[in-house]
Amino acid sequence: MKRRAIVITALFFLLLLVVIISLNTGASKMSPLEVAKTLAGMGTAKQELILFEFRLPRMLIAILAGAGLALSGCIIQTISRNPLADPGLLGISTGAGVMVVLYLSLFPTGTDAPALFLPFLAFIGGALAAALVFGLSYEKQEGLLPGRLVLTGVAVAAGLSALMTVLSLRLSRELYQFAAVWLTGSIWGAAWEYVWALLPWILVLFAFVYYKARVLDALSFDEATATGLGVSVAKEQIQLLAAAVALAAASVSISGGIGFIGLIAPHLARRLIGVHHVYVLPASALLGACLLLGADTVGRAILQPSEIHAGIVVAIIGAPYFLYVLARSAR
Amino acid sequence: MEIEKHIKRSSRSWAAILVLVVGLSAILFSIALSISVGAADIRLTTVWDAVFHYDSRQTAHAIIRDLRLPRSLADVLVGASFAVAGAIMQGMTRNPLADAGLLGLNAGSTLMVAICFAFFPGLSYQSLIIWSFFGAAAAAGMVYGVSALSRGGVTPIRLVLAGAAVSALFTSLSEGIAIHFQLSQELAFWYAGGVAGVKWSQLKLLAPWIVAALVAALLLSRSITILSFGEEVATGLGQKTKIVKLMGAMIVLVLAGGAVSAVGPIGFVGLIVPHLARFFVGVDYRLVIPCSAVLGSLLMLWADIGARMIHPPYETPIGVLFALIGVPFFLYVSRKRKGEFA
Repeated sequence: MKRRAIVITALFFLLLLVVIISLNTGASKMSPLEVAKTLAGMGTAKQELILFEFRLPRMLIAILAGAGLALSGCIIQTISRNPLADPGLLGISTGAGVMVVLYLSLFPTGTDAPALFLPFLAFIGGALAAALVFGLSYEKQEGLLPGRLVLTGVAVAAGLSALMTVLSLRLSRELYQFAAVWLTGSIWGAAWEYVWALLPWILVLFAFVYYKARVLDALSFDEATATGLGVSVAKEQIQLLAAAVALAAASVSISGGIGFIGLIAPHLARRLIGVHHVYVLPASALLGACLLLGADTVGRAILQPSEIHAGIVVAIIGAPYFLYVLARSAR
Repeated sequence: MEIEKHIKRSSRSWAAILVLVVGLSAILFSIALSISVGAADIRLTTVWDAVFHYDSRQTAHAIIRDLRLPRSLADVLVGASFAVAGAIMQGMTRNPLADAGLLGLNAGSTLMVAICFAFFPGLSYQSLIIWSFFGAAAAAGMVYGVSALSRGGVTPIRLVLAGAAVSALFTSLSEGIAIHFQLSQELAFWYAGGVAGVKWSQLKLLAPWIVAALVAALLLSRSITILSFGEEVATGLGQKTKIVKLMGAMIVLVLAGGAVSAVGPIGFVGLIVPHLARFFVGVDYRLVIPCSAVLGSLLMLWADIGARMIHPPYETPIGVLFALIGVPFFLYVSRKRKGEFA
């Protein structure tokens, strides 16, 4: 009990630390003192502009999207009973991406208007991809086949990204640039309207998933045990899956094609804090936020003035971790 | 011997001869067709003349000689390379889902090409090919190493997963390099450009490598057949499996690395074609490998023609076309062999 509280508190402070580092990092340097002054309303106009209009919204997006992806991965790993599952691997992110690119190619005028609309579209795309992957890996007698789930996910993601390439090649030069940046996973919507677009999704869905923590505990056992614990497995699986898709799709719609966070964060959380979802869920969310914000900060810091997209940094950390988990897994 | 009989019983040499004869004539016809289709429509008789009665004053002849012909020949070489590399991998790893794209080899080559573009911009094409091999080798080593280190050893699922992760890693690194050195456009051009930009000079450098590797594959084919029945069977029959595997891996790297260095990472050719070949001719790799080469060339030629006709005057990237055909095929294979992937 005590250990769990300590871990969650520690993670919270870790996030705070990343936030402070991130606030001070960027093309124009600001010392911690200047940041504090500006936050208190005593900075210069330029400092206020940088902090309030660029850095703060971008950080909040990174935190929200990171938490969303981590929660999504946590749910998917539990439902599929596969420690290697994550929203990227299951085609959800790519499906969301296809919808976003499709929208851009059909309505090339508006990259600014659809702040509230893009997450919604991305949700539909992600849900369709997830439905396809789950449908293809479901057998009537045997239920969900975890091994095939992963293979199908890899294949569907490959097919969808091919589709996305076709669509994006037809875009105008400017929109192609926008799409390309989006696809490699860069936090492009660094403005307050995107924060307001994302925040309710993440908060509401987190509340819902947290409310279902005990159900998730039950679902992590095999089907018979879960049923024995009084859980109607199929119904809960679908509800939670919908929540996972929504979390991933909303995050991806603003942060772009970022993979691996949904894999790493729940994994680390479980190693730190055990298997109970009441603790794993918030720990995953905090870790996911730290990871994405950290990756975005590192990406901005290392190769100034050019900027490495957060998605690339995450993949460089995430892929080796994935391989490590894969090498340790028994099947 | 029991296994020899089994191989004989479940192979069809007559089908192989049929595939080779029909396939080769289809290739010749498709080359002619491929040359005549494009931004400038050219009649087949002109194609004939350009090849056999070349007249440097005619633009059509020049287009054929300088652009269309190398492109078609590149299709043939590259298609055969990816297909044979896939066949060898599927035979050696006993993994029906093996393919240069899925197992990360293409991403490894791409990373090396990106590194060469960024740090050694004046590099000759010959060196680029060799570095591309090393990239493919590094990726293959990682994918296989991680799978082999796991408890329970190498399984098809593990190979595919490790391939996906290594691909993601190498692709990200390539993108990072491309963004930092502002090479995005060059790399994207190379990446999606496919066979359009292949020149004679490249072909001359590439062809010896690929032909040599294809011949080596044929020489190794009997051992691969035996290996495809499992390592224990092969060892029981007195095969030095380590040497066969090493040779096979080298051939795969030359084929996949060379092909990627010429036309960029094209996946799924190596997945589909060996399945088709085995469907026609059975389990003997002495037949599967030559038939894969022919069918791979043919598929590549058709895909290239298709890529030019879908959305003229733009060319649809050929890798995209293959993904759109290959993904349903992958799903079909993984469903059919339910037991292995449950």
